[in-house]
Amino acid sequence: MTAETLIEVNDLNFSYDTRAILKGIQMSMPRGQVVAIMGGSGSGKTTLLKLIGGTIQPTSGYVKFAGEVVHELNRDALFKLRRKMGMLFQFGALFTDLSVFDNVAFQMREHTNLPESMIRDLVLMKLHAVGLRGAHHLMPNELSGGMARRVALARSIALDPMLIMYDEPFTGLDPISLSVIGNLIRRLSDALGMTSIVVTHDVQESLKIVDYVYFIADGVIAAEGTPKEVRESIAPFVHQFVHGEEDGPVPFHYPAQTYKKDLNLEDNFA
Amino acid sequence: MPNRIVSNIQNIGHRVIESVWRLGVASRFFILVLLKSGTSLRRFNLVIRELYFTGVLSLIIIVVSGLFVGMVLGLQGYETLQKYGSESAVGTLVALSLVRELGPVVAALLFASRAGSAITAEIGLMKATEQLAAMGMMAVDPIARVVAPRFWAGVISMPFLAAIFSVMGVFGGYLVTVVFIGVDEGSFWSQMQSAVDFRFDILNGFIKSCFFGVAVTAIAVFEGYDAPPTAEGVSGATTRTVVTSSLVILGLDFILTAFMFRGVG
Repeated sequence: MTAETLIEVNDLNFSYDTRAILKGIQMSMPRGQVVAIMGGSGSGKTTLLKLIGGTIQPTSGYVKFAGEVVHELNRDALFKLRRKMGMLFQFGALFTDLSVFDNVAFQMREHTNLPESMIRDLVLMKLHAVGLRGAHHLMPNELSGGMARRVALARSIALDPMLIMYDEPFTGLDPISLSVIGNLIRRLSDALGMTSIVVTHDVQESLKIVDYVYFIADGVIAAEGTPKEVRESIAPFVHQFVHGEEDGPVPFHYPAQTYKKDLNLEDNFA
Repeated sequence: MPNRIVSNIQNIGHRVIESVWRLGVASRFFILVLLKSGTSLRRFNLVIRELYFTGVLSLIIIVVSGLFVGMVLGLQGYETLQKYGSESAVGTLVALSLVRELGPVVAALLFASRAGSAITAEIGLMKATEQLAAMGMMAVDPIARVVAPRFWAGVISMPFLAAIFSVMGVFGGYLVTVVFIGVDEGSFWSQMQSAVDFRFDILNGFIKSCFFGVAVTAIAVFEGYDAPPTAEGVSGATTRTVVTSSLVILGLDFILTAFMFRGVG
């Protein structure tokens, strides 16, 4: 990891009311890499993306994006910064009242004064990159889940951002769509020189495409490393997560009093 | 027993504080919408698109209801007035009831249930499906881009819809009393013309419908934007839009009427 750092996360803490979600997160993401953030449901992965995008404020610590501390920016500066970021939401979050074409053109029309003929060419190029040039006239409700996510991907690269954040990009996809999205994430990052952050719990698919992995558990980074290191790791949490084992550091049973006591067996057999 | 009384009082206090707090949030949101209306005014085609959805698509219900309300007014008015031999005044009765009260109020009630609920549901669903969050991440302010155009479209459509409602009502009254019952056409129109004052009746009716337009759309966009991002959240918000708007319309109508028609005229 010698390349220039695009995102630096330093001692980041975040709490909802008094419940600590993230505790002292430390990360560094170089330009052009694909980084995965993994962890169980509710471990604070999406919260971390929101903190990087500046939609919520950290309790303490900071996120630095391209040299700027995100939460210290005022609204205008933050909006300016966000033009360098793209985000792919879990189910695409396409604008349902706009066609595929208009969805991809949305940011270009909002933020640039490009002539309509150039917007048309750019939109078709972006759609071509995700293989959906032929679907530009469809409405979002006519797309399958995988197609919708590819359109959303085309929309998020509309202004050639420096960073794309993917929030659970593999959820609910069939195996073909899954590997299509996975490959697109890798290919687009390489072709456009973007940094990508993939928040996911799909271990096998993401280990194929990423350069580096962070595991978050209980609000702290439980482990990190390259896919190779992660696969060979003997750390109990990583081993359980990567191999999908039922019991381990993350227990199968929710904490409870003893089984015997719950079934009122202790008194009779004592 | 005393504990129950205390907890009941606490509950009431809690609800009152919550309502006041929500009213404060709504007021701040309303001011924010006004402050961020620049985009809507600069790019008026955004508003025009919404005018179609809120205004044009509400036309059918407004036209049909206006016609029937006018017809019923004509029938009932004729029934009563003919007892006193003044059935030719039925035109005046129909026109004044519509222009002063029924036009703005009933049109606003219909507008709240047709367009207001649609606005709430649309914004609420956009929030639930993360479209508003996605817009924010694209450095586009959803209040300026989504909420403000819908607000202004509602505010602009409402007076037109109320006017159309009144016109259709007068036409309905004419159909029933003049065409079907046979009241004299000349006196129907001339009495109406001499009794209805432009400034006092028509302008006041117009002002009322402007107030209702602002109230209904402000409630609708707020409820949509504030809706919890779940199916129940959006359905609850849609119901609240219709109920709150209807109550606010009727309450506002009384206040405005008290100011406009204080026993004069």
